[in-house]
Amino acid sequence: MSEALSDAKAKSPKYALNRAMLGELIELLSKEGHQLIGPQREDGTIVLNPITSLEDLPVGLEDEQDSGRYRLKSIAPDDARADSLFQTTVGPQSWRRYLFPPRQTLWKARRNGAGWEIDADAEATPKYAFIGVRSCDLTAIAVQARVYDNGDYTDPGFTARLGAAFIIAVNCTRAADTCFCASMDAGPAAREGYDIALTELAAPGGEVWFVAEVGSRRGADLLEAVGAGPAGAELVAAGEAAVAATARAMTRSIPADAAALLQRNPEHPHWADIAARCLGCANCTMVCPTCFCSTMEDVTSLDGQEAARLRHWDSCFSLDYSYIHGGPVRRDVKSRCRQWMTHKLSSWHEQFGTSGCTGCGRCITWCPVGIDITEEIAAFAKYQTTEIREEA
Amino acid sequence: MPPITKPKLAVWKFSSCDGCQLALLDCEDELLAVADAVEIAYFLEATRAEISGPYDISIVEGSITTEDEAHRIQRIRASSKILIAIGACATAGGIQGLKNNREVRELVDKVYAHPEFISSLATSTPVADHVQVDFELRGCPIDKYQLLEALNALLNGRRPNVPTHSQCMACKMAGHVCVTVAHGTACLGPVTQAGCGAICPEFSRGCYGCFGPADAPNTRSLSARFEALGLKGEDISRLFRMFCSAAPAFDGEARNHE
Ligand code: SF4
Ligand code: SF4
Ligand code: SF4
Ligand code: SF4
Repeated sequence: MSEALSDAKAKSPKYALNRAMLGELIELLSKEGHQLIGPQREDGTIVLNPITSLEDLPVGLEDEQDSGRYRLKSIAPDDARADSLFQTTVGPQSWRRYLFPPRQTLWKARRNGAGWEIDADAEATPKYAFIGVRSCDLTAIAVQARVYDNGDYTDPGFTARLGAAFIIAVNCTRAADTCFCASMDAGPAAREGYDIALTELAAPGGEVWFVAEVGSRRGADLLEAVGAGPAGAELVAAGEAAVAATARAMTRSIPADAAALLQRNPEHPHWADIAARCLGCANCTMVCPTCFCSTMEDVTSLDGQEAARLRHWDSCFSLDYSYIHGGPVRRDVKSRCRQWMTHKLSSWHEQFGTSGCTGCGRCITWCPVGIDITEEIAAFAKYQTTEIREEA
Repeated sequence: MPPITKPKLAVWKFSSCDGCQLALLDCEDELLAVADAVEIAYFLEATRAEISGPYDISIVEGSITTEDEAHRIQRIRASSKILIAIGACATAGGIQGLKNNREVRELVDKVYAHPEFISSLATSTPVADHVQVDFELRGCPIDKYQLLEALNALLNGRRPNVPTHSQCMACKMAGHVCVTVAHGTACLGPVTQAGCGAICPEFSRGCYGCFGPADAPNTRSLSARFEALGLKGEDISRLFRMFCSAAPAFDGEARNHE
């Protein structure tokens, strides 16, 4: 995102804008050379695609999510939200698809006599504008930013792409059944890491209004440019109430002591129970917005005159990923399940100072057999209570 | 592995449909480069010329279904430095592996007008059941890019980039929408090795498993999911009895529902 409005933010005014103004705003971004990326209906779900206008967004749609199940539904025409743009929550893809693409060429090389000529700038930095980033995903972007730039080591690609991106966040006025960001302190209201944050409200007649908060000078400039005025107290209060209600409506959660709970239970028999259901398919890690594992591939031209180093996503669920001299470390699926959950919820804290889970719920929905990270944690917690009781 | 310069390449056919060999001919853009890089010593699909062995690289298509084939594969192995088995037939017994659990004589009588001319083994088995195989390329048919990659890696003395992870990983990386979760369609992707780029899910079909079992395939759990989607015994066993019916993981799961 652009330069933050750190100190001014708390005092900065909130703007009100209607759909036409938002349409103009993204048009301005597009004219400034940003490629617009937003949620779009595709194949019965919502994916993050290049878009050209607000019409491409999932207008009048909402999602129904449960473990291993996703369905899109039209909002009834007599519902005030029928013309809303942001009533679907998160789909299978996250913004990491754009910030850390599934396949990247890191450099190319060409044989030059006895040596090699290296072309390190194999891919130019795209300038994105992300439309509709949810709070859980803003948190995930921040989590990944810590991974890809820890002060000592920096991934130049990720950092450059994030630096060039303009981010329009959306505070959730509706959660899916799989959302649990509130318990991870990661949503549903955006706190930082955006240029503009919108709260979508549908007036009784169906007209859609947005309360906009600004996170950067450029965000404010753009809002002014499209004629957004100050938001009235009533509109602001309605927005805040809707987001607060979203937080209260969440049924899933992860307890605050999950990290310690997993640390205490590396050999617990419940791991075998999870492994009996787990397919080892890696869907949970492919959809997770914080997962960062990748692997390198060296490719050559048939005649050996050209070479390239590619990087693509990998996962702790693939056997090859833990392959070191002598064989893979995590041979059985049980140890891969344990690696996944323990890393997300426990060792991530030691490694990066945050949780590796934002509560977006994607791994729950997109697991083909519906393994639910919140239920598995609850199962460990339950055993734990039973054991303590038995001891007492 | 040191690179091989201008290796002698042979392509052999056993019980199969020729589709995998065609994948090599289908490498239109790259075919000339391949022809430049290797000496094609035996490849009846492409050329009548036959150069006798030994061969640096033998590519073997097809499964072993006759007495004669069982002997021939031994001779090919003995005259090849590197043997690559390609396709579902050569790596898992193929569709013809369906006969493995049946009374073969009965099948022959039903299928052929003159069953007396048919001499066939009771089973269709992968090449690796008979001789040592150096590398396998899965699929029905194989993916031509994987074949090029395997040859390319051999020529350049590097490790081939042929993943062994699940189809789901490839499906998600490609950005396809999961047909199981979003449509309730049965898909073998979670227990199948990647390789084709998840073509079937791209077109809203479940994966048919033609690249065979991935590592540690939990077919039992996936079947339980199929049951929850409304599939019954025979429907489930039929899913596992397609292109890689004789692969132990798929065969075992099919039996659970027969
Ligand atoms: S672990 Fe699951 S819920 Fe947590 S951030 Fe990853 S996908 Fe979302
Ligand atoms: S997890 Fe929270 S922030 Fe993310 S989509 Fe759901 S409600 Fe919104
Ligand atoms: S938890 Fe679910 S999505 Fe993850 S590897 Fe296991 S079966 Fe696949
Ligand atoms: S469609 Fe099939 S291959 Fe793709 S993620 Fe779903 S289960 Fe896996």
